[in-house]
Amino acid sequence: MEVNASILISVGIAAIIVRSMRQFLDLPTRMPHLNRLLGYFWVPGLLLYLFSLLIQWKTDRLDEIYTLLLMVMVVLVLVRVQDYRPARTILLAVVPYVAYSAIELLSGSLSNSFLREYKGLFSNSQGFAIIWLVTFVLIARKQKKQLEAERVRREAEEKERREIAAQNAVLERMVAERTSSLTLQTEELQHALEELRTTQAQLIQSEKMASLGELTAGIAHEIQNPLNFVTNFSDVSAELVMELEEEQQRPERDQELEAELLADLKQNLQKITHHGQRAASIVRGMLEHSRASTGERQPTDLNVLADEYLRLAYHGLRAKDKSFNATLTTDFASPLPKIEAVAQDLGRVLLNLFTNAFYAVQKRKEQGETGYAPTVRVATRALPGGGVEVRVHDNGTGIPETVRQKIFQPFFTTKPTGEGTGLGLSLSYDIVTKGHAGTLAVETEEGQGTEFIVTLPG
Amino acid sequence: MKILVVDDEQDVRTLFEQRFRREIRNGLFTFSFAYSGEEALDYLHGHASEVVLILSDINMPGMSGLELLRHIRQEYGAPPPSPPQVMMITAYGDDDSRQQALALGANDFLSKPVDFAALKEKLLHLTEHEN
Repeated sequence: MEVNASILISVGIAAIIVRSMRQFLDLPTRMPHLNRLLGYFWVPGLLLYLFSLLIQWKTDRLDEIYTLLLMVMVVLVLVRVQDYRPARTILLAVVPYVAYSAIELLSGSLSNSFLREYKGLFSNSQGFAIIWLVTFVLIARKQKKQLEAERVRREAEEKERREIAAQNAVLERMVAERTSSLTLQTEELQHALEELRTTQAQLIQSEKMASLGELTAGIAHEIQNPLNFVTNFSDVSAELVMELEEEQQRPERDQELEAELLADLKQNLQKITHHGQRAASIVRGMLEHSRASTGERQPTDLNVLADEYLRLAYHGLRAKDKSFNATLTTDFASPLPKIEAVAQDLGRVLLNLFTNAFYAVQKRKEQGETGYAPTVRVATRALPGGGVEVRVHDNGTGIPETVRQKIFQPFFTTKPTGEGTGLGLSLSYDIVTKGHAGTLAVETEEGQGTEFIVTLPG
Repeated sequence: MKILVVDDEQDVRTLFEQRFRREIRNGLFTFSFAYSGEEALDYLHGHASEVVLILSDINMPGMSGLELLRHIRQEYGAPPPSPPQVMMITAYGDDDSRQQALALGANDFLSKPVDFAALKEKLLHLTEHEN
């Protein structure tokens, strides 16, 4: 009885082995089914024990049989999970011991004498099998640890990879968002630029129209005078013709009077032609000023151009302020070489300089200085080398030092809002320097006057 | 009757001489011409007593017609001899100029284009009045 009960110890050992195996091989997850079957490891032990009780078999080999069964079971389990490398190592570890145990049990049950006879051999074999077992179990443990470490590392790597992928996705999205917003911004900027360009073109045109507006009254005045002459001379010529006819009806004709009347008629017709042409040239100038520049260069007489625009500018200002009066003096070099220029553009420059000059003298006059005579002078001069210089001088208010630096900047104006676009001098500067390769300079003294000097190469 | 015409347009002379050629021929009117305010004042300094009427344009370079009027009224304000009549002529027939001219002592205000028939009437009326 005592001997048979030793199987309980074996069952206890088996429980430890089963538990170790489950843990080591990670059976619950690797092989859930086998794991459950392993739970019945004690059943053979119990059966053997009950069987031995039943047949009153008294033997000390019962636990050995059970142990062998257990070992076979372990081997079978290991074979099932041989894909797992530590399992194969364990298999390698236990096989000699199992073989030894089987041989020992077999030979023991066949003949005890055989066992006794080779006791030394068996003992050595057992020792060897145990050392083998322990060694390989240790190796297996090491392998398992390595695998475990590798798995942890892989998982960490995998986790890192996933994180990087996630970060990449976030970055990609941010980049895409940024790109689309940049594209949008670029489009908006492009749009704004186009609008600005259009506005600039419109501004230049409106500056032109504004100066045309200033001119309109002057032009009207300039046209009205010649037209009045045309009307008056036609009228008076009709009277002369009537008088001539009356004279012809008389029995005694006054030859001298007839000759005088005819001479007057001839003169009047010349006057009519002259004033008609004068009006026509003013209209032509006005049309040229309002038309978009063709940019075509033609030989231009600056004396004629300066004279024409001086009068237009003067009468333009007069139309706005009827009390205004100024002395205009011209100092034209004669002969003056003609220069290749876009007359229409230079006309705008001169108009602008004259308008500014008149504005300056008007401002000074408003200060109520006694004995002040507003004077605007324009002088031309041939330069050595074929160029021409035009000086527009006024004895107006002058330009303060602080303002002088800015006068050629676009949109800079000292005039009250709505009176000046601030583009006049800036456009003039461009026309002279860029359009005609000339220079536009200013000499001024506050309270004394200003002189703008245009030089144009021949 | 001596009339001084002040205008910066040279052809005004030809025009007046033809428009009033009968009156000139008959010796009814005598015309003198000045092409600026300054020139007119110079002329008046020598012929003040002769000139009965001054016809002046307002818009002239240099001294304007209104300034000329002011000078005339200052220099020849009181008789003897009787001050000249002054008629102002302007292309800008606006009320402002008219008020200003009348305030400065203009006797009449005409706008361009000048109606010569009407002007002739006025001048003839003046002549009769003078006589």
